[in-house]
Amino acid sequence: MGELAADKHVKYIISVEKKKDSFESVVMEHLRLNGAYWGLTTLDILGKLDAVDEEDVISWILKCQDESGGFAGNIGHDPHVLYTLSAVQVLALFDKVDILDADKVSNYIVGLQNEDGSFSGDIWGEVDTRFSYIAICCLSILQRLDKINVDKAVEYIVSCKNLDGGFGCTPGGESHSGQIFCCVGALAIAGALHHVDKDLLGWWLCERQVKSGGLNGRPEKLPDVCYSWWVLSSLIMIDRVHWINKDKLVKFILDCQDMENGGISDRPDDAVDVFHTYFGVAGLSLLEYPGLKPIDPAYALPVDVVNRIFFSKK
Amino acid sequence: MHGRPRKPLKPEDAAASAAKAEKLRVLQSQFLHNHHNHIYSKEAVELSTKLLETNPELYTAWNYRKLAVQHKLTENDSDPDSLKSILDEELRVVESALRQNFKSYGAWHHRKWILSKGHSSIDNELRLLDKFQKADSRNFHAWNYRRFVAASMNRSEEDELKYTEDMICNNFSNYSAWHNRSLLLSNLLKRKVEGFVSKEKVLPDEYEFVHQAIFTDPDDQSGWFYHLWLLDQTVRVDSPQLVSSWPTPGSDLILLGDRCLDGCASSPFTRFHLDSRTFPLVLYFNQAVEGVNSSTITVDSELNTNKDLVWKPLSSCNSKAAQVWVTQLNLPDGNTHSSKVFPVEDSSPISSLYQLSIKNDNELTDFEWRAATIAKEIDHFRELLSLINCKIGKLTLARLLMAHDAMMCPPANKISHSEEVLELYNDLMRLDPTHVQYYKDQHSLVLLQQVTSNWESLLSRCFHYSNSPSNRGSPMCLQLKNLSLSRLGSFDKLLWVQMLDLSHNELRSIEGLEALQLLSCLNLSNNILGSFTALEPIRQLKSLRALNISYNEIGAHSIDTTKYLCSSPLSHSVGSEWNHGQTVIDDDIKSYWEAYFILKGLNLTQFDIVGNAIVNEKFKSFLIKVLPGLKWLDGEQLH
Repeated sequence: MGELAADKHVKYIISVEKKKDSFESVVMEHLRLNGAYWGLTTLDILGKLDAVDEEDVISWILKCQDESGGFAGNIGHDPHVLYTLSAVQVLALFDKVDILDADKVSNYIVGLQNEDGSFSGDIWGEVDTRFSYIAICCLSILQRLDKINVDKAVEYIVSCKNLDGGFGCTPGGESHSGQIFCCVGALAIAGALHHVDKDLLGWWLCERQVKSGGLNGRPEKLPDVCYSWWVLSSLIMIDRVHWINKDKLVKFILDCQDMENGGISDRPDDAVDVFHTYFGVAGLSLLEYPGLKPIDPAYALPVDVVNRIFFSKK
Repeated sequence: MHGRPRKPLKPEDAAASAAKAEKLRVLQSQFLHNHHNHIYSKEAVELSTKLLETNPELYTAWNYRKLAVQHKLTENDSDPDSLKSILDEELRVVESALRQNFKSYGAWHHRKWILSKGHSSIDNELRLLDKFQKADSRNFHAWNYRRFVAASMNRSEEDELKYTEDMICNNFSNYSAWHNRSLLLSNLLKRKVEGFVSKEKVLPDEYEFVHQAIFTDPDDQSGWFYHLWLLDQTVRVDSPQLVSSWPTPGSDLILLGDRCLDGCASSPFTRFHLDSRTFPLVLYFNQAVEGVNSSTITVDSELNTNKDLVWKPLSSCNSKAAQVWVTQLNLPDGNTHSSKVFPVEDSSPISSLYQLSIKNDNELTDFEWRAATIAKEIDHFRELLSLINCKIGKLTLARLLMAHDAMMCPPANKISHSEEVLELYNDLMRLDPTHVQYYKDQHSLVLLQQVTSNWESLLSRCFHYSNSPSNRGSPMCLQLKNLSLSRLGSFDKLLWVQMLDLSHNELRSIEGLEALQLLSCLNLSNNILGSFTALEPIRQLKSLRALNISYNEIGAHSIDTTKYLCSSPLSHSVGSEWNHGQTVIDDDIKSYWEAYFILKGLNLTQFDIVGNAIVNEKFKSFLIKVLPGLKWLDGEQLH
């Protein structure tokens, strides 16, 4: 079995952070805040968060905040919950959540809850269970979860539960591992996992593991390293992770590394990016690969960061 | 980000990329300027078109376009033609953007937003969707959009059902179509629409339809979950049923006091050793139910007046629904030194009213077609397996045989397929080693069903527990050790158990064990329990006095797989009691919060924990603090 080229990945992430002028970088400028979360969480898992300039990062993040309280993907873009969560998560890594006006940020999110309990992504009204997860996760980190109607939020998520035990974007939407992670994660944080049929969903999820050892996102699709996070964390939250072969998955993730230049790709020999580098390393952490900080499957942040938030309350 | 080959960047490519990047940066910068200054001129809007057609993920540009549309609509208030052309242009831009990336959330949402302005026809939208189906029949954005269009334009569910049939006939490997089909059929059956009134008429054709998918290519998963859903529809009984209770009807309940009863002729199933002034009444249902209270459940007993009884659901979070409900009956005074016999009525001492019916007559008459359907499916899958040795064939046959046995449940029919099913799971462990632990868990469940299926089998596993330091007339211990069990089940058959030996198995979870409310001694040594949170069910075992979890893996894992399944301070529904100053959170509690949370309410007198990675002197002294009533720790007497 190969090894994790941790140093190479650290170098790769730092180089991406610095290289703002490539075409790829400009095309994805609008989601740089997500990129910051992926890159920095990976560094923290690898024990190298100090490789970046904390003040630089934080001052840039604050510039992404809009007067509504929400955060945009980059300076000058519109606010959206997707980037609001990333902002709060990155601040949590640096233990600087308290520099935010927590009420201001929470009010932005609270204002996006709809009557049926669902959440819109922004003022333009797109509804998706991804946003339910974001709202619950973000407000929980800010310790403001009671500001929304949690029961209604849970009710909406349950309405997106399918006959195969999985969850979709909206009621009736096909089960997809990404959505399943969001719904299971939201229910976990809300203390409502009893709504999940763990055996039924567990079987659907464990059948994502294909012959190569990698995981796909839905039946008859190709395996992809990012599902090493979404499928794996879901299985862990419902205590069914033993239904997949962990060793084979570790091997698949390690095979997706670029051993020369660092970074991890979706599949072996494809181009690497920060997104898959994060999901590969986070997946290895969940698989208890040695030398990595353990990551929490619901908050997608290192366990020590989550404990710091919940045990430091006065 | 997906599916691009890994190529090193040549210097000339890097230069070209940088030039392209600079051009794009200028355009995006110009766009943001227009957006912030609310400029919606023709050129400005065209700039956003150009950007979106190459990069539909630029979400701010879609927002900008909506503002531009709103702006134009207010300017051209009364002109229907210009309204149409404005909206048409938006639809064209969306289509163009989708050609660039047909999975762009922003593009699809923009189209929905435009449609909400009341434009486009259903034919137009369906035509667009057909194009996308041909390009990628699994595009869930397109399927979601299709459901949106069908609902908002009132297309009938029957028509949509026909569409899924066409898609599947075209290519059965289309999970998205099977999913949509199950959704539509489920709605039609629920609403009892004409032609879909009885499952008996509808399901047979569906079984035949899905057989074509499974039997043509057994390795293709597209039909597997649909077939499982059909099976569930065939066997499921919608109203909750009381599966078992303790005390069991028709038995004599002997409450023993301190004195040992030698030569007692009663069986371990009815002899109960009393430890306190109360004993539990347990109800076990086939599914989680709500609303069990003294007005829905009546208990006839000489010990209590019915209205005093408070029923509690056994759930780990503050859920109002549970499969197991319990209440406490109080003993009248002065009874601890003698034993007393309480006959438990033949008819259940527990009768229930409107909310929980025990057996529904309608469901009994359905029995014939259900049984016939299962029998037919069993034949089909035996035939499949005779031709192809495939995983889904064996797994489905195992499930069918178990379903068959469950339906034939009146014990009169003693024929059981459990041996064959155990063999099938053994085969599956060899055939599909990737999922060996899944099959092991199923194997354990079937094995336990077999072991608990009759009184003789259980009695052969009952022994006096010889290791107990206070062995005076102690109850019988049920031994289920050394069975390679990885999973527990059949709790409905074990409600009478007071002492349980599950040592030397492969348990990583004790999910469901909270049902065994009479447990006073529990041996889980030499298993693979990985954390304290996995012991959550024990928090509900108020009678537990002796617990052995030695030689497990507590403290050996960095990842906790039962963290969110237990009521913990990180859980929203329970966390508040932790955080509102009830507990002084000292360093010990922070280091060992899982252990603290699981053990603090227990009244253990004997505890064994040696052989777990978490154990050291510091942890042992923490334990003694948390369990003040403890007399024995790892075999040593405490002072």
